[in-house]
Amino acid sequence: MTTLEHTAARPAKETDTRPFAETAETGGKATPKRQFLRDAEAHVADTGHRSFVRSALGGYYTSRDTQKARYRDWEHARDAASLAKWSAVNRLDELLEQFASRFEARGGTVHWAANAEEARSIILGLLRKAEAKAIIKSKCMTSEEIHLNAALEEEGYGVVESDLGEFIQQLRGEPPYHFVFPCMHVRRDEISTLFHDNLGSEPTDSPEELTMIARRHMRQLYVNADVGITGANFLVAETGQISITENEGNARLTAALPKMHIALVGIEKVVANLDDLSVLLPMLATAGAGQPMTCYNTLYSGPRQEGECDGPEEMHVVLLDNHRSAILADPEQRDSLHCIRCGACLNVCPIFKNVGGFTYGTTYQGPIGSVITPHLRGLADWNHLSGASSLCGACSDACPVRIDIHHHLLHNRRNAARTAPNWLEKIGHRLFVVVASRPWLFRIAGWIARHTMGLARRLKPPLVREWLASRDLPSPPAESFRTAWRRRQRSLPSPSQGSPA
Amino acid sequence: MTPAAPSSDPNPRSSRDAILGRIREALRVPAPPPHVLDRQLVTAAEPSVEPRPEGGRGFPSLSVLPAEAGRPWLPDGGATPEERLALLTDNLEKLRAVVHRCDSADEAGRVVAELARSSSWQRVAWHHDALVEPLLPQLPCEAVAVDGADGSDKRRLEACDAGLSSCELLVAQTGSILVSSRLSGGRGLSILPHVHVVVATISQIVGTLGDALEATKARHGGQLPSMLSFITGPSRTGDIERILVLGAHGPKELHVILIG
Repeated sequence: MTTLEHTAARPAKETDTRPFAETAETGGKATPKRQFLRDAEAHVADTGHRSFVRSALGGYYTSRDTQKARYRDWEHARDAASLAKWSAVNRLDELLEQFASRFEARGGTVHWAANAEEARSIILGLLRKAEAKAIIKSKCMTSEEIHLNAALEEEGYGVVESDLGEFIQQLRGEPPYHFVFPCMHVRRDEISTLFHDNLGSEPTDSPEELTMIARRHMRQLYVNADVGITGANFLVAETGQISITENEGNARLTAALPKMHIALVGIEKVVANLDDLSVLLPMLATAGAGQPMTCYNTLYSGPRQEGECDGPEEMHVVLLDNHRSAILADPEQRDSLHCIRCGACLNVCPIFKNVGGFTYGTTYQGPIGSVITPHLRGLADWNHLSGASSLCGACSDACPVRIDIHHHLLHNRRNAARTAPNWLEKIGHRLFVVVASRPWLFRIAGWIARHTMGLARRLKPPLVREWLASRDLPSPPAESFRTAWRRRQRSLPSPSQGSPA
Repeated sequence: MTPAAPSSDPNPRSSRDAILGRIREALRVPAPPPHVLDRQLVTAAEPSVEPRPEGGRGFPSLSVLPAEAGRPWLPDGGATPEERLALLTDNLEKLRAVVHRCDSADEAGRVVAELARSSSWQRVAWHHDALVEPLLPQLPCEAVAVDGADGSDKRRLEACDAGLSSCELLVAQTGSILVSSRLSGGRGLSILPHVHVVVATISQIVGTLGDALEATKARHGGQLPSMLSFITGPSRTGDIERILVLGAHGPKELHVILIG
């Protein structure tokens, strides 16, 4: 019952629609589905964009395969990783309590946020208490989910994204395009212009120089920031630590120099112990970025301890539910909480590669986003994402924790059909049953179809117009299958021996 | 010590109880184990039939499974010290870290001095440590201790060209260096200066990440350092057109000096 109440009492309407409004410029009566169809059509036609995204992913495929080959048995490692997450998610209450008590025993504070609204007000309260003037932030998808930056700016706090990709997206005023590679759609000349306009740098077409411009710009910001905000990839119940995975070192700096460290983490991130982490960390890096390990995998167990020469005076972990417990309440799709956000399913998805990240209109793009967004924001408005799949299963094959992603898309379709049936389809299927179970009627219907298909191709009547917009009907056959079969039987020399009539 | 929840939380107890209550309600219906290839793993990971006396559902952790068998499916960690040294060196070089093999602390000091001269370092940050201190006399530039009596000053550290630190352990399997806020000069020394020089002995090399975490727990017991960081190569990014660039925010160069 609690779960139902929770879903019904979905807070802050504006949180649920803001990201969509951000990406859909038209406003008005546009629904997420209409926005998806319109943006998908535009992106599919943009072959330049598609080939750019494909070539950006080319290096990823090579390095991922090289690193996977270093595993003596990658499939067995996937088994172990999926079981580690299954075992953790199915005793989430115990492990969260264990994490909280052990983390607090080392001087940190744990806050529980049931929804986005609560998480924002907890963080704003902490910033007021710290009298924060400058905030530095490292990449954190949960903060995108709750629209933290907008809330902070509304209250007059300046916040700088330190991850290079997120920084570029912040300057562009766009959400991330891909939840692991936020600006993979942006060309270097666009970044050069962006830096020239915002930071006054000299134009350049070298990715290395562009990176150094951001590096120089950011260094004093780290030193001057008084609060650092990060996410976390794992919570370790056994030791009360949070684990942050990154490549650039920006999260390390964010958690080292400011006097307060706040981490905003989804409740599903908890794992039982460090041993599980020794399997999950390398797999996250290999599946997500084609690396043996990312550059920095860091465990934090609280603020600066006695005898340490630096580190924050205060550390806070904000545990975010925000409809995750509703996914938990669905045993069929519970394993979508096993997700470690590596992004491997996006990188292999034919839909993602063709429609691009913004088309989804969600915080979490790609196949896994299509599975969980209906739970986070409502099935009625977001079910169309489950239809945006060829069901090829590439996502499920790529998933390092073996989430059955493409079957969950089918589950969503089924659930949507149950809650909001499409009457036209229902009547159509009933009619088909009536026709298909009566040979004489089937013969008549076939005759009508053969003689009207050509007309339908030319006239595109309303019922099939949308379907025909991107497809073509085959030319109608001259005769029915049954007629053709009878003719073929007659022309054969004799029926085969001994077969029943 | 459990600090009182700050006043910023709208209703701290009730949110905690509401979330845990929803989780418990949701978990009353069990979810089947994932479809894995090795059914033996599932049997071992399945919840025990008898609930544990303390009331939990009695799932064993992954560690009860294949840890004793050495996890023969993960990337190799090397069976002998020689294999581990070779694997570590190979992995570090692939990650574009520079490995310097030295026979003695004296030779290590010469290597660091040469690095300082060739890159014209003005200031090097260091911390008090038995492996780090012997390298200082040969340095041709200013040396700044980060853990001195006046504590660490982040502005002074930012002005340093390089950081010189020791580490907890080195991991052959992945080419990682495990640093900690307790044994490696705090959190800033290994990340803020443009160059990070790690000095270690070959006896600090372990096989796998699992071995490293096990050994770290054994060394520090219940009082783990507030930060433990696996450093795997110099800082990097691929955010611009997925093209690899070294030195995004952390050190552009990583030197590993192995003594022994």
